[in-house]
Amino acid sequence: MTPSDNLVEIDSVEFAYGKRAILKDISLTVPRGKVVAIMGGSGCGKTTLLRLIGGQLKASRGAVRVDGKNVSALDDQGLYALRRRMGMLFQFGALFTDMSVYENVAFQLREHTDLPDDMVRDLVLMKLNSVGLRGAIDLMPAELSGGMARRVALARAVAIDPMLVMYDEPFAGLDPISLGVIGQLIRHLNDALGATSIVVTHDVQESLNIVDYVYFVSEGRIAGQGTPEEIRASEVPFVKQFVKGEPDGPVPFHYPAKTYANELGLTV
Amino acid sequence: MISTITESLSKLGNRAIDIVWRGGLMARFFFLVVVQSGASLRRFRLIWREIYFSGVQSLVIIMVSGLFVGMVLGLQGFQTLQNYGAEETLGVLVALSLVRELGPVVAGLLFASRAGSAITAEIGLMKATEQLKAMDIMAVNPIARVVAPRFWGGVISMPMLAALFSAMGVFGGYIVGVVLIGVDNGVFWSQMTSKVDWYYDVMNGVIKSFVFGIAISCIATFEGFDAPPTAEGVSGATTRTVVTSALTILALDLVLTAFMLRSYV
Repeated sequence: MTPSDNLVEIDSVEFAYGKRAILKDISLTVPRGKVVAIMGGSGCGKTTLLRLIGGQLKASRGAVRVDGKNVSALDDQGLYALRRRMGMLFQFGALFTDMSVYENVAFQLREHTDLPDDMVRDLVLMKLNSVGLRGAIDLMPAELSGGMARRVALARAVAIDPMLVMYDEPFAGLDPISLGVIGQLIRHLNDALGATSIVVTHDVQESLNIVDYVYFVSEGRIAGQGTPEEIRASEVPFVKQFVKGEPDGPVPFHYPAKTYANELGLTV
Repeated sequence: MISTITESLSKLGNRAIDIVWRGGLMARFFFLVVVQSGASLRRFRLIWREIYFSGVQSLVIIMVSGLFVGMVLGLQGFQTLQNYGAEETLGVLVALSLVRELGPVVAGLLFASRAGSAITAEIGLMKATEQLKAMDIMAVNPIARVVAPRFWGGVISMPMLAALFSAMGVFGGYIVGVVLIGVDNGVFWSQMTSKVDWYYDVMNGVIKSFVFGIAISCIATFEGFDAPPTAEGVSGATTRTVVTSALTILALDLVLTAFMLRSYV
């Protein structure tokens, strides 16, 4: 695979919040047009990876390249130019609460283009229609259910037809129906827009149904990778524990502690 | 014993460093807001919206408070002036107290409590719910799009609210002095118009209210933007906005008054 086939390339990246190392030598690639999942337990650095790709954080070592550009080396203007071609769905939608559904979806169109109001409205209707919420155009975010808010946020994320869409825990806190809808929309929108998607999630079953490739992150490193079929059949202990949801394994059930007997004062 | 004293001194020192540090951060933030103001000044409707939320929605509290303060000034002033047989100068006393001091200062304190705290809470909650991050990833600078319009909305609203406060106060003084107590109507107004100087009294009051507007808006937006993204963080930031604004207004008032009165000394 030539480098130009990959939209996102993460090369030996390290990152730490202060002295707390989050990512330790991570390398991965996201091919153009594909939906790639990054999975791992809570706090393993999945969201940090998205922030590095979006340029909201800078890697302490290694390089993050998006569409051939080294994100860490871009100035503010270059970064904003790159972000205009990215969309992101946040964990709980992050809709602007003082704006209606229409204004939320129209936000980037209004900020970055001089399109006339009629055209903005048509585009917003198209995007809302694609997520099944054309009828909710005049509602305020407070009037939406969790699943609806996520769908509006999805319409907003793809409002300017981005080349890269990033999803931060898109399935968190959704009922099974909304979960299935969001999953299908991620796949459908990616293919319809000719975009590339990165889904950060810990929802194994739903993700394996819709993605092309999966990376597992554990303790700041890639713990396993493969296509959904390979992942389902994987014998890598961490991947196996994660996919099957086993309570104990490489990720221990118990937080590190003294021995139980010692703690209870049963040994001298 | 010595360790306790050392610890207390070190805590005091840390606190002082922290205050200076935050002051520096706020100055940097203020600079960024001014630099990033171009977009919102070009799209003035964004600022209009904030003038409505900060200014128009503070109208009732400002007008009612102004009326009460003016009425109290009328009552207290009349009683004191009566001792010197100078009741006819009641209008001057009420107007000067209001336009020079009470208008800008009390309107500023009310504005900080009503609008400043709301701005901090709104920006803080936007941060806590990742709305600011979402905006940033959409290549829209949150300082330009969220902070700058709120800042200018406050800066523009504050002098108008202070002027309205003073006007309502004068009206309150008139109701008590002329309508209820019976000071001569013509004397009340003519004394006021002859003794209140447009430049030294009215304009200085306007300058004060403008400076307070900048201070309150800067503090309110900074505290919101800097708030830890938790419920506790936002509530703490809101409190800090009101307390810091109040102290800043009073300190700035002293400095400004000292400069403005220099020609009389």
